[in-house]
Amino acid sequence: MSKKDLVMEVKDFSFTYAGVDKPSLNKINLPIEKNKITAMIGPSGCGKSTLLRAMNRIHDLYTGNRYEGEINLYKEDDSIQNILKLKKENDFIQLRQEVGMIFPKPTPFPMSIFDNVAYGLKLSGLKDKAEIEHRVETALKGASIWNETKDRLKKSALGLSGGQQQRICIARAVALKPRVLLFDEPTSALDPISTGAIEELISELKKELSIVIVTHNMQQASRLSDSTAFMYLGDLIEYDKTDTIFLNPSEKLTEDYITGRFG
Amino acid sequence: MNRLLLNKLILILSTLSAVIGISFLFWILITLSYKGISALSFSIFTHDLVEGGIRNLLVGQFTMAILASLIAVPIGMMAGIYLREYGHGTKLASIIRNLSDVMMSAPSIVIGVFVFALFVAPFGGYNGWAGVIALAIMMIPIIISTTDNMLALVPQELREAGMALGGSKHKIVLQIVVRAAKVGITTGILLSFARIIGETAPLLFTSANNQFFSMDLTEQFPSLTVSIYNLATYPDESSRDLAWSAAFVLTVIVLCINLLGRFVIRNKK
Amino acid sequence: MGGTFFKNFSFFSATLSFFLLIGIFSILFSYAQDALHEFGFDFLFNEVWEADEDDEGGIFGGFIPIIGTLLSTLIAMIIATPLAMGIAIFLTEIASSKIAKPVSIAIELLAAIPSIIYGMWGLFYFAPIVQEYIGGNGVGLLTAGIVLAIMILPFMAAISRDAMQTTPAVLKESAYAMGATKFEVIKDVIMPYAKGGIIGSVILALGRALGETMAVAFLIGSVMSIPSSITDPSTSIPVLLANNFAEAQDLEMSAMYYLALILFIVSLVIISIAKFYFLRTKVK
Ligand SMILES: Nc1ncnc2c1ncn2[C@@H]1O[C@H](COP(=O)(O)OP(=O)(O)O)[C@@H](O)[C@H]1O
Ligand SMILES: [Mg+2]
Repeated sequence: MSKKDLVMEVKDFSFTYAGVDKPSLNKINLPIEKNKITAMIGPSGCGKSTLLRAMNRIHDLYTGNRYEGEINLYKEDDSIQNILKLKKENDFIQLRQEVGMIFPKPTPFPMSIFDNVAYGLKLSGLKDKAEIEHRVETALKGASIWNETKDRLKKSALGLSGGQQQRICIARAVALKPRVLLFDEPTSALDPISTGAIEELISELKKELSIVIVTHNMQQASRLSDSTAFMYLGDLIEYDKTDTIFLNPSEKLTEDYITGRFG
Repeated sequence: MNRLLLNKLILILSTLSAVIGISFLFWILITLSYKGISALSFSIFTHDLVEGGIRNLLVGQFTMAILASLIAVPIGMMAGIYLREYGHGTKLASIIRNLSDVMMSAPSIVIGVFVFALFVAPFGGYNGWAGVIALAIMMIPIIISTTDNMLALVPQELREAGMALGGSKHKIVLQIVVRAAKVGITTGILLSFARIIGETAPLLFTSANNQFFSMDLTEQFPSLTVSIYNLATYPDESSRDLAWSAAFVLTVIVLCINLLGRFVIRNKK
Repeated sequence: MGGTFFKNFSFFSATLSFFLLIGIFSILFSYAQDALHEFGFDFLFNEVWEADEDDEGGIFGGFIPIIGTLLSTLIAMIIATPLAMGIAIFLTEIASSKIAKPVSIAIELLAAIPSIIYGMWGLFYFAPIVQEYIGGNGVGLLTAGIVLAIMILPFMAAISRDAMQTTPAVLKESAYAMGATKFEVIKDVIMPYAKGGIIGSVILALGRALGETMAVAFLIGSVMSIPSSITDPSTSIPVLLANNFAEAQDLEMSAMYYLALILFIVSLVIISIAKFYFLRTKVK
């Protein structure tokens, strides 16, 4: 696997929460491939969200966390940026526009559907009304929710169902044309039908961007992802092609988890 | 970049507001302590107002606040118990809850006027009981709301477990539910006591004031806060000094009771 | 103690606050009858307050104390609102918990200080500053308004902070995750989310400022005259009651009850709007 195929790479990354002695992540190494879906699985509390949230520095909203190692972002111009070195507000903003995030529960902002999706665009300084409208429409279509919302764009996003809200959130992130999208258990609050719709959407999205998805649903990981990382108690136990992880894991621990012996 | 600058500006302004708020607290507390302590002497605690001390005022203020609590705490707690344990979910309870919520913020001077009309004018003059009643009226809604809120935090299972053992309703309420909410209710009582002991407006024309030591609640009754109001506006230096000392003592008392309510009790939990 | 007695006693206690409210209203209303008959609604706009020589009657209009109450409250709100929002923002979004905690405690202590202390402190420490740098005699509408602002500030800040803190962390995080700055998260997510609580806190503080007696009594000047400048002395309803109510006779006394009735009704309406319209969602 050459570096050319990677969009991000986590190297020897350790992370300790503020006020806690024990690290929640120990020397994690994980490549993220371009235009692929990388799944992170593991029992609850093993550190999946912690790792994911480090990848666009959301942890930095809270003080006192300690970390070391590298998380590299391979830029379009082939330069390498260690995102852990970023300090300036502006750099964080750039990073987060390049690496978006979808949360476990839908997080519509208290504004209209249109304004939700246009929010990131407006933040990024886009002023041209026609261009904004065009990008909102494209994003909503991309998130397969255009037909359901096109007649009520000016209505509050809070009136939508959970599954629709989550797709609005995805559209909102997609509208910014990020290069990487991080999903933290995006369907954990949804019913099976909405879950199916979101999964389909995620598969579609990998044509345009690279995806990392945390899930505790193993079927979801095996259905969706190209590669899978199995984590346990803050360690990355095994990383490989998804087929290999599910059919022929090399670690006993992975096998036990896959076969449902714990977790 | 424009938006980053705006961001900085707002954050600086917000921080500045907090600094301003805190500065006022310190400015008030420091000047109060400075003026209060420099005029403070032990003898003011052993003499009455007529001899340049505050002994009778402290005793009077506490007497009225304690008597008010003796009236307000049982009534307020019982009303809170009704709202949460008996009337919960009924229209009546929700109306009473709302009215009591509104009463909590009624202007204290208006309560003074009301008590004057009922308990001062018909009885021919200011009297300690009128002050006690005015303070109790202020306190009742606060106690109702604390009791109501604290009982709401008691898990429903506890009541059900009591029922399952065959306890009668009022015994379960008293022996299980209220006991479970004891800490929170006590805190609420202390905080409301701290609030009424510093009140001036409802006492101005109910208990008024008395220069002499008195425990006769049918007469004008000595009050620390009313005395501060009078003394501070007298032209002579010694009256003002006494006002500062009294203000300092009052603030120390109020803040101590407040902190006691907030921390000691919370930690006990 | 029997169960029935217990229940009945608790029911009686609960209905007491209902009777208190009705009682206050009826007492004020009935004692204000003479003034209501004599002056009607013109009372609100009449600026004369003069007893006759024989102390039997006179002309009593509420315009001056009403205007004084409104103006001192307005000044206080203009100063306190932005500061309170700043403090609430600082506590929820800027300060680390190590700093936010002691600052919160300080703000709550500030709220616990009796209002008479604010008044006295204002008279001796703040009035001279206003006199020196802004003008006037020291005591007047502006001084009263500023000290009133300091007094309602912690109250307003604490309720706004509580409201802002109800904004779910994920909602804020997802705005940050799109590259929003702190200010943008505050403006676009927190403020709209906590809108009800914030407006409620402002209105509740307004109700408090209108009915405040002691902080204003030392500072407003207590003169029955229409202020022609912001530093001029005037009076307010609570202050007029505090200083003159007990000595008033007959019609003047009735006019005082009229003023108390106005203050009571206005306060109740304002508090009800704050509590039942804006703060309702918060309580659930
Ligand atoms: N804010 C926090 N402060 C301290 N410890 C935390 C915090 N968030 C998570 N943890 C701990 O870090 C570990 C990993 O948590 P997390 O990444 O959320 O797990 P997962 O997403 O795999 O379920 C857990 O042991 C959890 O208790
Ligand atoms: Mg998680």
